Amino acid sequence: METKKEKKPKELLNIDGTEYKTIVPEGFEELRKYHMPEPEKILSFIAGTIQKVNVKEGQKVKKGDKLMILEAMKMKNRVLAPLAGKVNEIYVKEGENVKKDQLLIKLELPKA
Amino acid sequence: MGLKRKIQELQKRREEVLQGGGEKAVLKQVSMGKLTARERIVALLDKGSFNEYDMFVEHEARDFDMDKKTLYGDGVIVGTGTIHGRPVAVFAQDFTVAGGSLGLMHSRKITKIMDHAMKMRMPLIGINDSGGARIQEGVNSLAGYGEIFYRNTLSSGVIPQISVILGPCAGGAVYSPALTDFVFVVDNISKMFITGPSVIKTVLGEDISMEDLGGARIHSTITGNAHFFAKNEKECFGQIQKLLSFIPWNNEEKSQKIASKPPRRDYKIEDIVPADPKLPYDVRDVIKAVVDDSDFFEIMEGWARNLVIGFGRMGGRTVGFVANQPIYLAGVLDVDSSDKAARFIRYCDAFNIPIVTLVDLPGYLPGVDQEHAGVIRHGAKVLYAYSEATVPKMTVIIRKAYGGGYIAMSSRHLRADFVFAWPSAEIAVMGPEGAANIIFRKEINEAKDPEKMRKQKVKEYKDKFANPYVAAAKGYVDSVIEPAETRKLLLHAIEVSEHKVISVPKKKHGVPPF
Repeated sequence: METKKEKKPKELLNIDGTEYKTIVPEGFEELRKYHMPEPEKILSFIAGTIQKVNVKEGQKVKKGDKLMILEAMKMKNRVLAPLAGKVNEIYVKEGENVKKDQLLIKLELPKA
Repeated sequence: MGLKRKIQELQKRREEVLQGGGEKAVLKQVSMGKLTARERIVALLDKGSFNEYDMFVEHEARDFDMDKKTLYGDGVIVGTGTIHGRPVAVFAQDFTVAGGSLGLMHSRKITKIMDHAMKMRMPLIGINDSGGARIQEGVNSLAGYGEIFYRNTLSSGVIPQISVILGPCAGGAVYSPALTDFVFVVDNISKMFITGPSVIKTVLGEDISMEDLGGARIHSTITGNAHFFAKNEKECFGQIQKLLSFIPWNNEEKSQKIASKPPRRDYKIEDIVPADPKLPYDVRDVIKAVVDDSDFFEIMEGWARNLVIGFGRMGGRTVGFVANQPIYLAGVLDVDSSDKAARFIRYCDAFNIPIVTLVDLPGYLPGVDQEHAGVIRHGAKVLYAYSEATVPKMTVIIRKAYGGGYIAMSSRHLRADFVFAWPSAEIAVMGPEGAANIIFRKEINEAKDPEKMRKQKVKEYKDKFANPYVAAAKGYVDSVIEPAETRKLLLHAIEVSEHKVISVPKKKHGVPPF
């Protein structure tokens, strides 16, 4: 690609306990972070429209219960409860457009 | 009617076709910094060598008033010519005619020239500049794409296939370039994506420009879909001509041999590499210190920069180089660099190009993102590609060759023909720090001064294992050599492997991890 002024290697990258002087691309460390899954938070797995909400706040749900219909890619996708619990809060309304990974519902999970 | 009149009629018909989409459309094309399709072919091929076929092809669409429209050449120009005096087949989509959209006859022109290229065993160059499928022709345009993809696949590994993206190339159309060997893009002109910005806006509500979604820079630095990036079309054609100077014309030929030239004197091999394995250097300088005339033609310069691939010549013949690049990410193997190396190795193997591998890596990149991105599956591609390759394979271990990285980078065990190591080579299961921490954990933890003990143990390990002689004692390394001897030994290795024969089990094909 373009040969602008080449960056000088000055960052350190640790591999197996040894630090190597090298160029580390921007955003690299952020990329390497791992975020723990939060099963109580139900996120939209695709951008689309909330066609129907099947549950109310405070309602108890079983694993696999239909929570809402998320229409996307010409398909009425079912959003199911991943685990049994209580619907704590619903963050979206019917007819609302949602982005990917938007918070839809928060469940209250029984304490393990 | 006399013959003269008939000739005049032919000339008139030709002139009509040569207007393409008409003056207005041509002006628009030029105003975008683009050449017209015919100008592009002329600029790319040897002067006066182009012969066009299927000039008078017409579409047969009837629906949506298409029967009232004349589309000259049906939006694509096909023909044969020469580059460096050797034959090539070429097609160029003409954006001025119905946006270069692909209908049935358009695709038939392309597949006809593809069939020619295969029959005559010559490279195929496709210049893409098209709005996509011609919607009015419905499923016929889909059939057209499918016929092209099928031929791309059958031709793969038989003739070189080159794609030049000089305009939009969207939707299913992108899969023809993706199936070919080399993709060329030009800044601000090339655009490649499966779904464009407007679809993304409707479906996802996200705003993104064409350039940021699938422009030339994106494909040369982020996606790895493009192999060569140029600032303008002229530079791009120069790159294609240069690439064709290196590669053999088909899978039954070897590269052209030209006069051998020594490397330039300003690349002093011993001054390039620091002895401390933790310090970086640009491995391209090492390549330039061993290839003819220090002329190294890098491929995928902007993507997965922790690994360098490209062509150079040794003794006048083309050699493919694969090298870890310590200047980026310490030269580790990761998902992208594994992918980059593996495909290039398979290209070289398919087209009889010997491979020289320069090794200096601390191993595979550790991290959650890498593991979750499938570094196991992608890393395995390198092992597969090297093991499978039957062309002459020469390996030079410059410094670090640790763990899985050592095995993957064309080791003896994957059937490298010659393995040379510099005296600075460290061939071991892992770096001294990591190894000492594991082997001497107890001693270190129980010592009065653990830090002092750790340092001592690291040094012990380093003295014993961080060298090429342990591997040389087992015959895993053929020679420990002085850096200055590298070119001489590589030249010799290439010479003696000229008639390499290797037998592999009979099979339809393997099942590589891709």
